[in-house]
Amino acid sequence: MSTTGSPLTSPVIQPSADNPHAAGRPFWLLAELTYKCPLQCSYCSNPLDLSGSGTELTTDQWLSVFEQGRKMGAAQLGFSGGEPLLRRDLEVLIREARQMGYYTNLITSGLGMDDRRVSDFRDAGLDHIQVSFQASTEELNNQLAGSQKAFAQKLAMAREVKAQGYPMVLNFVIHRDNIEQIDKIIELSIELQADFVELAIAQYYGWAFINRAHLLPTKAQLIKAEAITNQYRDQLDGRGPKLIFVTPDYYEERPKGCMNGWGNIFLTIAPDGTALPCHSARELPIQFPNVKDEALADIWYRSTGFNHFRGYEWMKEPCRSCDEKEKDFGGCRCQAFKLTGDAANADPVCSKSAHHGKIVAARTEAEQLAAGVAPSSPLLARNKRNQQAAVDIIARG
Amino acid sequence: MIRAEQIPVMNRLYRMQWEESQQSHVLLYPEGMVQLNGSAGEIMALVDGTRSGADIIAALEQKFPEAGDLGADIIEFLGVAHEHNWITFD
Repeated sequence: MSTTGSPLTSPVIQPSADNPHAAGRPFWLLAELTYKCPLQCSYCSNPLDLSGSGTELTTDQWLSVFEQGRKMGAAQLGFSGGEPLLRRDLEVLIREARQMGYYTNLITSGLGMDDRRVSDFRDAGLDHIQVSFQASTEELNNQLAGSQKAFAQKLAMAREVKAQGYPMVLNFVIHRDNIEQIDKIIELSIELQADFVELAIAQYYGWAFINRAHLLPTKAQLIKAEAITNQYRDQLDGRGPKLIFVTPDYYEERPKGCMNGWGNIFLTIAPDGTALPCHSARELPIQFPNVKDEALADIWYRSTGFNHFRGYEWMKEPCRSCDEKEKDFGGCRCQAFKLTGDAANADPVCSKSAHHGKIVAARTEAEQLAAGVAPSSPLLARNKRNQQAAVDIIARG
Repeated sequence: MIRAEQIPVMNRLYRMQWEESQQSHVLLYPEGMVQLNGSAGEIMALVDGTRSGADIIAALEQKFPEAGDLGADIIEFLGVAHEHNWITFD
């Protein structure tokens, strides 16, 4: 009798009439319920156009998506946004999704929550709450979030989440303005009794791309932050929160295996029902299908949008003949598009890319800005007022 | 070393369920999943916070009489599950 469990593996799938590109199952379904959010974080990965392309899905439309996804093998469901608490039907969505057998994750800023809601969600079967923080001190947190009440509310809600017995993940997006406080951030997480802490160096999509010059830490800052994290990990020795340090690909020479492969395990549904292989893909010049018009299985297995970058046929050099292509899939399509203008190019994080100089230049810029020797563009808070300014920056290249 | 009289309790970070699409038991946790093989699934399905290791051994030896003595394997697995933090002991 063999005695071990195994981590999630992708079995080899053969092409068939129903699944012509031998796609994996959409194990992870991310429901971006709304783009509305009380916070204005400059590193937000939401698209610059916060109105989306239409109205938000109704309760019944969401439930239909969940049901179809579950039948296709989705097991993890994330309620995200924007701020998902702004949806008044959230409790219903949680209850129904949980009954379908999903592991339900609420990914929230904590604003719009109170003890009553934490308890109602518990009764509805919510499995886990992830609370985001911007920093370890009230002043910096609120400045980064663009809200004077954010920090106090987040503290109260994190305590409430634990008091009511949920598993809790704390998420800190790390960037140049808070990376020096990473020790305090970890101590706050220990005090709040988090089960997991994501120390996620900002990735540069959506609003974060516009604000990259303000966000990208220097190499020295990064090395120090990782060393401090490792020290705490040693000290904790398995007690207290599990610290997850997510390194930024801008300091790598090989790209990340983005989303474990395009259209392989992740399926994001945007507030208006647009189905995406990741939450940034909306920035690509590709027409993605909408759950209002098509069945989810047709979208996942057969739509042009989802099949665009499956397999290896679409690749150009240097990816096409690269012996690492099955490991990193050529990196991130969105990053390739944003930095090279062609989504089928190698992710310029790769030192084999002809455009790798763009990444090197961003590192240099971060050094100069940190040293105060280069002028910087204005930091744009994520809000509707700044939308046009952000779009103009992209248009100017 | 785990002793047979100890009572395993599921860590509340994890939830186990049968996944039809994978034909296996899985442990679900925040944003992740562990797929259990057949025997691991049989054992974990009996972890309910009241059964001891010995109870689980007895139940599975009764369910699979042709498998013979399962005690050592089950105790070993409970040790592995404990190391992974899937279970704690009362």
